[in-house]
Amino acid sequence: MSEPVISTAPQGAPASDSSDPVRALVAHADDNLVLAQRLGDWISRAPELEEDIALGNIALDHLGVARALYSHAGHLEGKGRTEDDFAMQRPEREFLNALLVEQPNGDFAHTMVRGLLFDAYQVELWTDLSGADDSTLAGIAGLALKEARYHLLHTSSWVIRLGDGTEESHRRAQAAVDALWRYTAELFEGAASEYHDIWRKVVGEVLDEARLQIPDDPYQRSGGRRGFHSEHLGPLLAEMQWMQRSHPGLEW
Amino acid sequence: MDAAQSSGAGMVMATAVLDLERARAVASRVVDPEIPVLTIADLGILRGVRIDGHRVVATITPTYSGCPAMLQIADDLRFALDGAGFDDVDVAIAHDPPWSSDWITQEGLEKLSGFGIAPPGGEIVCPQCRSGSARVVSRFGSTACKALMACTSCGEPFDHFKDF
Ligand SMILES: [Zn+2]
Repeated sequence: MSEPVISTAPQGAPASDSSDPVRALVAHADDNLVLAQRLGDWISRAPELEEDIALGNIALDHLGVARALYSHAGHLEGKGRTEDDFAMQRPEREFLNALLVEQPNGDFAHTMVRGLLFDAYQVELWTDLSGADDSTLAGIAGLALKEARYHLLHTSSWVIRLGDGTEESHRRAQAAVDALWRYTAELFEGAASEYHDIWRKVVGEVLDEARLQIPDDPYQRSGGRRGFHSEHLGPLLAEMQWMQRSHPGLEW
Repeated sequence: MDAAQSSGAGMVMATAVLDLERARAVASRVVDPEIPVLTIADLGILRGVRIDGHRVVATITPTYSGCPAMLQIADDLRFALDGAGFDDVDVAIAHDPPWSSDWITQEGLEKLSGFGIAPPGGEIVCPQCRSGSARVVSRFGSTACKALMACTSCGEPFDHFKDF
């Protein structure tokens, strides 16, 4: 079955467009929230206890970044929206996360490859934003940068272990690269295009060491930054939001 | 301004200074909920305390973005300050500049070590036998700020507070 090409969707402002700082903050927050939700699914199901803790910790880092960015976006927007309003009260079409982070976890190799591709991007993103004129954003990015480097250390070492491991682990890791590569160009739309090359170099070195190949197929998907998502985001949001949607304002 | 008024203003000023000193001392004694041998001042989480009219404003900073202790620390600060007679307390969160493990005080580093956690900065030393050889068991430990190590001399596992 061929996948629908959705890159014909109408063009909106790219997420990193500095002309709309609130939109950019929300897009980055959405990346972190959606990935946190995905990674949280691994808790109690990871291949070993240490990995359970690692994925839980990484998820928590992303959740924390999302919360800080939503709060800051709400403050800049000045309409009284809270972090919970952003996370729990927006429909799928208003989520601006990249398609990569909403992709299902798949097997462990798949999650580690997705992590590598995304963490390497976030290291460049946070390096850039830690020099932002907006000092709150710069501070959030400065802390997130240290976390992203640590996440990258973790995911890249796993990708190397799996890719350069057994025949089976290599096969699975290569299948993950083949499946996920098409979601990478979208990360570099807008202002982030400046660090697409350095990202490719960093990721390429890890994949080389892991004996993994970048697919020849140049096809790339796009749309997440404009609110056009794959079929995977809806169910994730439904699970995450249903309690607040059923009982608005409910607190623990 | 006559003499009486002037000394009255002086009293108010002196009281405000005393209040600020006291609020700082109370806030500094609040402990970290996850590593209760350390205060939030030891850890560099407490960024400052100021008095704004009748309100005490304590500013804290997260060690890690997802640190789940932040909410607890904010509650503990309000509770401690309220208990010391400050009934109007605001806890603000500052993101800039980002926290660094370099902000842990010398006393904090020593307390960590005494508690069995290898402190950040410099060589990782086993808190049990003081050996300098250890391997990483897990990069992610019981909390975001720690990694799990094992001593290759005495075999004991221990936490390392990560350089961050
Ligand atoms: Zn030892």
